[in-house]
Amino acid sequence: MDKVMSNKKIIALYVLPALLVIMAVVYIPIMLTAYYGLNEWNGIGAMTFIGLDNYQALLSDGKFWDSAWHSLLLAVFSAASLMIYLAVAMVLASKIKGANLFRKIYLIPMLLSSVAIAQLWLRIYHPTNGIVNSFLESIGITNPPAWLAEPSLVLFALFIPILWQYAGFYILIYYAALKNIPASLVEAAKIDGATSFQIAFRIKLPLIMEVIKVTIVLAVVGSLKYFDLIFVMTDGGPNGASEVMASYMYHTAFRAYDFGYGSAIGFFLLVICLIVTWVIRKLTASKETIQYS
Amino acid sequence: MISGATGQLQEGRARSGNGAGGKIGYALLYIVLIGVAVFQLFPLVWLLLFSLKNNQEVFDLPPLSLPMNPRWENYEKVWSAGNISVYFLNSVWITVVATALTVILGSLVTFAITRMKWKGSSFVLGLFMVAMMIPVHSTLIPLFSIFNKVGLTDHPISLILSYVAFNMPITIMILLGFYYTLPKEVEEAAVMDGCSVHRVFFRIVLPMTGSVLATTAIINMIYNWNEFIFVNTFISSDMFKTLTVGVQNFIGQYTTDWGAIGATLMISILPILLMFLFLSDRIVEGIAAGSVKG
Repeated sequence: MDKVMSNKKIIALYVLPALLVIMAVVYIPIMLTAYYGLNEWNGIGAMTFIGLDNYQALLSDGKFWDSAWHSLLLAVFSAASLMIYLAVAMVLASKIKGANLFRKIYLIPMLLSSVAIAQLWLRIYHPTNGIVNSFLESIGITNPPAWLAEPSLVLFALFIPILWQYAGFYILIYYAALKNIPASLVEAAKIDGATSFQIAFRIKLPLIMEVIKVTIVLAVVGSLKYFDLIFVMTDGGPNGASEVMASYMYHTAFRAYDFGYGSAIGFFLLVICLIVTWVIRKLTASKETIQYS
Repeated sequence: MISGATGQLQEGRARSGNGAGGKIGYALLYIVLIGVAVFQLFPLVWLLLFSLKNNQEVFDLPPLSLPMNPRWENYEKVWSAGNISVYFLNSVWITVVATALTVILGSLVTFAITRMKWKGSSFVLGLFMVAMMIPVHSTLIPLFSIFNKVGLTDHPISLILSYVAFNMPITIMILLGFYYTLPKEVEEAAVMDGCSVHRVFFRIVLPMTGSVLATTAIINMIYNWNEFIFVNTFISSDMFKTLTVGVQNFIGQYTTDWGAIGATLMISILPILLMFLFLSDRIVEGIAAGSVKG
C-alpha cells in the first residue's frame, strides 16, 4: 500500500502541472514585480537599475498618497457597512420564513461581473435619465448633482454599487455563522429572562466574533485592491478624485508606460495586503478557543 | 470554516422556538428584509425594462413602466451587429476550458496531498495556500511582460493560464475539505488487489467527489466569466475578447442607445442568472466555501 502510494513519478505527474502554473503565473511575477520596481523601464526598451529611487519617489508622490487615501476610505466604508449586513443577517436568522429565499436574492448582484454592475450603475447615476436623478426631480429637487462628475461626491457615489454588490456575500457569511449557534444556548438565555437585545449582543455577537473579525479583514483587503468597478465607472476621475491604488498602478504602467514605477506601486500593494492578511491569521488563530456547549 | 450547509441544518430547530417580539415586531422585520430585497433587485428589474425599450420610451415614460411593445429587436441588433456573439462564444469556451483544467489539476494535487505519502507535501500545499493572498494586480505588469516575451499576449492561452493559476488555491482548499472526509477503505482494498494509482484516482476517488467538483466548477465558472483585468490587459484583438471587455468596448460606441446597452448587459449576465435559477443551493454553498477569496 505505502509503496504504491509513494511512487515519486506519479506524485510528480500529479502535482507538477498545477505547481508549474502557479509558479509561472503567481510566484515568478511577484518576484519580478519586486525587481522591476528597482528599475527605470518603459516596458519595451532596456531596463536601467536605479535602486530604491522608485520607492523613494513613491513616498513623496502626492498622487499616490491621494489614491492610498481613497482606498483607505473605501476600506473604512466597507468595514462600517458590515454592521448593516450583520443587522440584516440577525433579522434573517431570527425564525424568518423564507430566509433561504431572501439570502439567495441578496446574493444575486455578487454573481455579476463588476463591468456589468459598473455599466448598470453608470445608467443609474446618469445625470439626466438615470433613476436617481429622475426620482430626485420627481420629488421637486431641481438640478440634482452629476454624481460621478463631482469630486466631492464621487467616492460616496461609487460606494453604493460596492455595497449593493457585496451585501449578499457578507449577509450569507453572517447568516451561516448565526445559524451555527446552538439553539439550546439561546433557549437557555430566554428561560433566564434575557431580552432579544441581550441575546443578540451578549450571546450571539460574542459567539460569532471570529467570523466578524475575518469579514472585517476581508472587507479591508478587498477594498485595498478594489479596481474593476472604479476603472469602468470613473477611470479614477474626475481629475483623480476616485483614483485608488490599483487603478493608479494600472495607469502608471499601461497608460504612462512607466513600468518600473508601476511595479513599485504593485509591490507596495502586495506588502500592504500581506500585512493585513497576516492580521487575518493572527485573528483567526484563536478560532478553536470558542466552545459552543 | 464558514459553512452554509450546517446553517441550514439548524434552521428547523431555531424556528421551533417562540418569538418574543410579537406580531408587529415580526412584521417590521419582514419590512426590513423586503426592503433589502427590493434594493438588491430593483436595479436589475430596471435594466430588464430598459433593455426592451427605445430611447424615447426610456426618457419619456416612468422608469418602471412596462414597455408597450417589448423591443426584442434590441437583442437581435446587438447580437448581430458588433461582435457580441463572438465575445459571448469566447467567454463560454475560455470559461469552460479554464474551469475544467483547474478542477482536474486541482483534483490531482489534492489526491497527491491527501492520499499519497511524500516529503514536502505540506510545503507544496503551503505554496498553493499562500498564493491565495497575493493580489492579482501585483502580478499584472510582470505577467504582461512575460506573456509578451513568449508571444502569448493577445492569445487566449494567457487568459487560461492566469485563470487556472489564480483559481487553483481556492479550488484546492475546497477540495481538501472534502477529500479529508472521504473514507479510505475502498482505495486501500483496491490497492491490495493490485490496482494502479491512476485507476484508484480516476475510477474510485474522482467519481466519489462529484458533488464537490460541481461546487468548485461553479465558482470557477463565475470567477472566469466575470474576469476583467486580465482580458483588458492581455487581449487586444476583437476575435479573442470575452464578454466583460467586449461589453465595455461595445457600450463605449453606443453610449446614447439605452436599449442596445441594456440588451448587451442582459446578454452578458443572463448565463449567470440562469445558472443561479437552477443551481442556487450549490452556488450559495460554493460562495460560502470560497469566502476567503473575497
